[in-house]
Amino acid sequence: MAMSNALEFRNVSVATATGRLLLKDVSLALEEGSVTAILGRSGSGKTTLLRTANRMIEPTDGGVLVGGTNIQEQTLVDLRRRMGYVIQETGLFPHFNVERNIGIVLEAKGQPQPQRIERSKELLHLVGLDAAAFSQRYPHQLSGGQRQRVGLARALAAEPKILLMDEPFGALDPLTRAEMQDMVRELLQRLRTTVLLVTHDLDEALFLADRIVLLGEGSVIADLAADEFLRSDLPEIAAYAHAFRRGQPSAIADQTAKDRTA
Amino acid sequence: MSAFLSQYGSEIATLTFEHLWLTGAAMLFATLIAVPAGIWLTRSPRWAKPVIGVANVLQTIPSLAMFGFLLPLPWLGERAARIAILALTAYALLPILRNTYAGIRGIDPTLNEVARAIGLTDAQRLFKIEIPLAASFILAGLRTATVTCIGIATIAAAVGAGGLGELIFRGVASIDNRLVLAGAIPAALLALGADAALGLLERWFKVPNAAGSNR
Repeated sequence: MAMSNALEFRNVSVATATGRLLLKDVSLALEEGSVTAILGRSGSGKTTLLRTANRMIEPTDGGVLVGGTNIQEQTLVDLRRRMGYVIQETGLFPHFNVERNIGIVLEAKGQPQPQRIERSKELLHLVGLDAAAFSQRYPHQLSGGQRQRVGLARALAAEPKILLMDEPFGALDPLTRAEMQDMVRELLQRLRTTVLLVTHDLDEALFLADRIVLLGEGSVIADLAADEFLRSDLPEIAAYAHAFRRGQPSAIADQTAKDRTA
Repeated sequence: MSAFLSQYGSEIATLTFEHLWLTGAAMLFATLIAVPAGIWLTRSPRWAKPVIGVANVLQTIPSLAMFGFLLPLPWLGERAARIAILALTAYALLPILRNTYAGIRGIDPTLNEVARAIGLTDAQRLFKIEIPLAASFILAGLRTATVTCIGIATIAAAVGAGGLGELIFRGVASIDNRLVLAGAIPAALLALGADAALGLLERWFKVPNAAGSNR
């Protein structure tokens, strides 16, 4: 069955004012309902690519299509309201309580307050927080993981077709991160939202994504289904795979044996 | 003492009211000018230095000289209160302007980023995010300006604008310390009261940042 593309990057290049290329001719199409992870080192252009999708950065060359239409031809504010946006620092507004933070996009769209409160309750439930306990709290009264859950709830409030996630769990401790990943995986399977996930964590990419795109110095190095990724013999992927497997018991046993013979 | 109060009590009350009126009007005008100007400067930061510089220069003009400069101007010179209010407005501009500018510029850039990325319009970003987050800063500027102006307003009596300075000038001229104090003490109390009240308001608007500490 041919699926339509929810989000498509066509030969996108981004140059800085001084002419340095952050992205070089990146083409990528995200099928509706798919989860695509953009993997790469710091400075590989991952975040830049994500930010061209909601026009926080304008490509110097090429174009981005959402639902088949060039985003340049869409109203900027509407485009952004139709996309969920989650970042590492969550960016929750410190002067709004949880309820208002979650409902802010709906508020911006002019939805009446009772509906926003109702929706906020639904979403808190969806991300695993008790609405009665959390609605009236302020961001500084939440733990890092709770803040991230609220950030996700806010991103989902306007029922976006596309969810942009930029290192969403990067600031969390490993255990909280794992809990969040479990929750998000389960949530994404239910919602069928198209997701662009930027991460430097192979483990996270493998766990959450259907497809992994490896970026290096602004170019696509590999673009593979998640379950094929580790089988690739590309040297760049091998380096990731090595770092990924290094800590596993079998790998440690091998290393110990090697150390002994040396 | 009681004889003094019964003689001057109602005059002190009238002049205190006048003093408040002059300062209040000036604060209103200064806020209406300096807050929008400060917001505009955050949008065009290259103007920040020259504009804040001008406000700074205004503040260095000695108050007696300022009242003197304004006296011969048409329309303004007709009514001493007009001169007083204009001069006090000029003095109040800098603290409000500077704090509005600094307060908004000091907002965590991530929050502005997010506000744009989730589709808030520029006006929504200003009124829902920037002004509330900078409110305690802006109020701090307003507080400094108010306290300064309550002090400077005593000089306005020199051009006949009234206020508590009347008593002070009269006391100085007639070498009567009781009259000087009858002007100075209420003026000081006004300044302290305004400081405390605006300080409370400022704390009320203080926003803890996401990590829990006060910015």
